Amino acid sequence: MTKTHQEISTANQKEGADAAESLAHYTGAPVPPPARTDGPWLIVFWRSDIAKKWLMALSGLALIGFVIAHMIGNLKLFIGKADINEYAEWLRTLGHPVLPDQVVLWIMRVGLLAAVVVHISAAASLTITNRKARPVRYQSRRDYAAANFASRTMRWTGIIVLLFIIYHLLDLTWGVGNSSWRSGEVYDNIITSFQRWPVAIFYIIANMALAFHIFHGFSSMFASLGWSNPRLSVLRKNGAIGIAAIILIGNVSMPLLVVTGVYP
Amino acid sequence: MQVNLKIWRQSGPDSPGAFHNYEVPNASPDMSFLELMDVLNEDLQTKGEEPIAFDHDCREGICGSCAMMINGRAHGPETGTTTCQLHMRKFADGAHITVEPWRAGAFPVIRDLCVDRSAFDRIIESGGYITAPTGTAPDANLILVPKEVADSAMDAAACIGCGACVAACPNSAAQLFTAAKLSHLNLLPQGQPERYKRTVSMVNEMERWFGSCTNHGECSAACPKEISLDFIAMMNRDYVKAQFKQRRFASQT
Repeated sequence: MTKTHQEISTANQKEGADAAESLAHYTGAPVPPPARTDGPWLIVFWRSDIAKKWLMALSGLALIGFVIAHMIGNLKLFIGKADINEYAEWLRTLGHPVLPDQVVLWIMRVGLLAAVVVHISAAASLTITNRKARPVRYQSRRDYAAANFASRTMRWTGIIVLLFIIYHLLDLTWGVGNSSWRSGEVYDNIITSFQRWPVAIFYIIANMALAFHIFHGFSSMFASLGWSNPRLSVLRKNGAIGIAAIILIGNVSMPLLVVTGVYP
Repeated sequence: MQVNLKIWRQSGPDSPGAFHNYEVPNASPDMSFLELMDVLNEDLQTKGEEPIAFDHDCREGICGSCAMMINGRAHGPETGTTTCQLHMRKFADGAHITVEPWRAGAFPVIRDLCVDRSAFDRIIESGGYITAPTGTAPDANLILVPKEVADSAMDAAACIGCGACVAACPNSAAQLFTAAKLSHLNLLPQGQPERYKRTVSMVNEMERWFGSCTNHGECSAACPKEISLDFIAMMNRDYVKAQFKQRRFASQT
């Protein structure tokens, strides 16, 4: 039923009066508390979102370095049993004879753990900040112009990679869930683990997530660290694709070739 | 041409809003989007309905007043364009167009498509100025500025403060706005005395209100002045530098 002119007009007058009332009481956006500047320097630094992104970029760079070194070491799987076992033993005795065995290994492990903790806590804190910054979401569909799949799924690829790291440590460092696991027998442990297809599929999916994560993370790092020199833009674009592709191919090749029976 | 509009209506800051459907049967392809809104409002007023409130001022793309999310994009589908410079010929006849206000915690909706962007003023107040003696204007070229630097500073100064960067950002971050406002002063010799103090103050103020950057690039893509993401990198560098810098020796590069 259509409303008469008079009905619409009355309704509008009432609505107009309500709006005028609420506008009269409007005192601006809710004012957030000012940035706290008390406390030790590092804590004050950490409170800033830009500083968190800077630390996230640095820890991310360290983790990319680890992922590449880890991949190169593990690709010795394809050279032979003796080679990869020798590499694993070398890691344990790194720094010999200056330092006792495993000291360098543990320094690297602690460094990695610190990088992971910084990276994840910064991400979690920034995610909360960003959610709070838009309490009322868009009610219509957004049309993104620049954001890509990798940049929009960082949170999820990151979570997949974290879960994978936990499983990966359980599987190959502590030998949980693999009855044929034996300490020091790196080659046999990897092969017996990857021959189980659900495990191989999880490794493959996790490394695909890692490649997407690194693709956006690597190029994003340049902005977070403030490297905007145009000479770096080639490295930024090609480096992101190149490193993501190398890590994807290198890391996926191991479970893929083992589970399909191509290797050994 | 005929267009079907779905527009967000909200009578006041605390009122619940909803989309309303409108039809404009007699739009001209040469109209700007704001002129289309004018035609619709005239029609609504004739019918005795409340016209749709929206911000507008210069209508020549330089004031930054007009602010609308059109079909999920800030300022509509065209790049480097404000809503007032978006023409109806960019839409097909019979197009369905959804119009929503900017959404951000720091930009509350006042009415319909009008949002309160005064959080930007708080950022400017905290450091968007230089110390300069008042009185007669100094002679030109007393302080030499390299041409490329002057051009970059001008590129940053092109920011009209419309808020499209915040609206387009998936995190509601105001990094592009703040970076532009910082860079156009921080790049020039006149901006050097307060450079680090300004960077820290304006970034701290920005972070009170807005989200953080995840380098999607949505802001720059939505910016009607096409301000570069490089300014954000510069702001990040200056901010971290300011944290490590001994301010007493700040003139040392």
